[in-house]
Amino acid sequence: MIGLDELTRRFAALDSVELTRWIENRWILPDEAGGRWVFHEVDIARVELILEIRREFAVDDESMALVLGLLDQLYSLRRQMRRLTAALEIQPAEIRDAIRQALPKPGEVR
Amino acid sequence: MATQTPYEVLGLKPGASPEEIRKAYRKLAKEFHPDLNPGKPAAEARFKAVTAANDILSDPEKRARYDRGEIDESGAERPRYSYRPHAEGAQGWKYQPQGEMDVGDLDDLFAMFGRRGARGSGEGFKMPGPDRQFTLTIDFALAATGGKQRLALSPAEWLDVTIPPGIEQGQVLRLKGKGGPGFGGGPAGDALIEVHIVPHQFFRREGDDIHLELPVSLAEAVLGARVPVPTVTGPVTMTIPRGSDTGTRLRLRGKGIRKKRRGPQTTGETTGDQYVTLKVMIGASGDAELAEFVKGWAEKHPTDPRAAMGPGVDPGAADKAAQGTTTP
Repeated sequence: MIGLDELTRRFAALDSVELTRWIENRWILPDEAGGRWVFHEVDIARVELILEIRREFAVDDESMALVLGLLDQLYSLRRQMRRLTAALEIQPAEIRDAIRQALPKPGEVR
Repeated sequence: MATQTPYEVLGLKPGASPEEIRKAYRKLAKEFHPDLNPGKPAAEARFKAVTAANDILSDPEKRARYDRGEIDESGAERPRYSYRPHAEGAQGWKYQPQGEMDVGDLDDLFAMFGRRGARGSGEGFKMPGPDRQFTLTIDFALAATGGKQRLALSPAEWLDVTIPPGIEQGQVLRLKGKGGPGFGGGPAGDALIEVHIVPHQFFRREGDDIHLELPVSLAEAVLGARVPVPTVTGPVTMTIPRGSDTGTRLRLRGKGIRKKRRGPQTTGETTGDQYVTLKVMIGASGDAELAEFVKGWAEKHPTDPRAAMGPGVDPGAADKAAQGTTTP
């Protein structure tokens, strides 16, 4: 949990004007406390991710919005998958077996 | 205080040119060189810091890696903030996309299940929506007095959360119906909001009481005074009694945390107090007039503030003990 100053000090390649734009674009969603932004671990990791994507693929703001939108969908899918897996894990063995049997094979449509 | 960045060590801005870096390094290295400052450990430490900063900034590759946060001030690899574990953890829900684009929603999956089930067996499939977890950071004063704080439920959805007065660090608020949507007409789940409180620079909380250390001047402590004191609801005026000292604790009744009392029959409020511990700041170091006065005064009024630590701690006290003088 850190503030704006500490975050821009942590990444010299990032200045506060740019970070403010990212927040306005809703790419980063820090908490607000007492009129100041507070960044959690997930936000810091996301800042690093954006810096990395921009460096590796030289993407502009418009493409970044697309990339982040797709990534958020992917992670959303993974989070949902984990929820489903967690629910399956605690089922009795026979139910897990039944589900395994019932799984359609790749390419098979039911 | 965080470690200085290499730019700060050399007195430069992050965008400094190689030429500026070279100049700043030369100037500082000369100034703090150990050969020119024999027997000055502070200068030597500065010299080492300047050299280490230059090692990073003078090498374009290292500098680029530092700027991207890959290595730290000492040139050591930083732990990578891999995004995936965060995105898949509880905090990742904050970045959950909303609306039609959210093809991955498990809730849609179950809704689909429900429709198919209904077609197959003629029975509806009804299930409450899942709970969703959030974290919310609030400042100390808001935690004490209560109020509203905005929370991002998703990039497109905001919620003004009502914070009850006196909320504790780590407390979880449950907002009914603000979680995921229900299936087949089932109710929506709840939002579970874990509250983090940013520590205050001056205030500290113990239960419903607030503690504050208040600097007072020598004159205010000796002569007494009326001084403004911050409280979580704004400044109030407090009387410092004549003859106060460092450690004197005063109470501002009812200036702590005000909570609604919830009991089977009782209604009303409980309020904590604010405790103010004085800290005398002499604030006149090197003042000849004060030194002269205290010298004369001390000769007439010998005191031993370390008496409670036992004899031997203070050579003066040991002397007095040897002479048979008693101390209270």
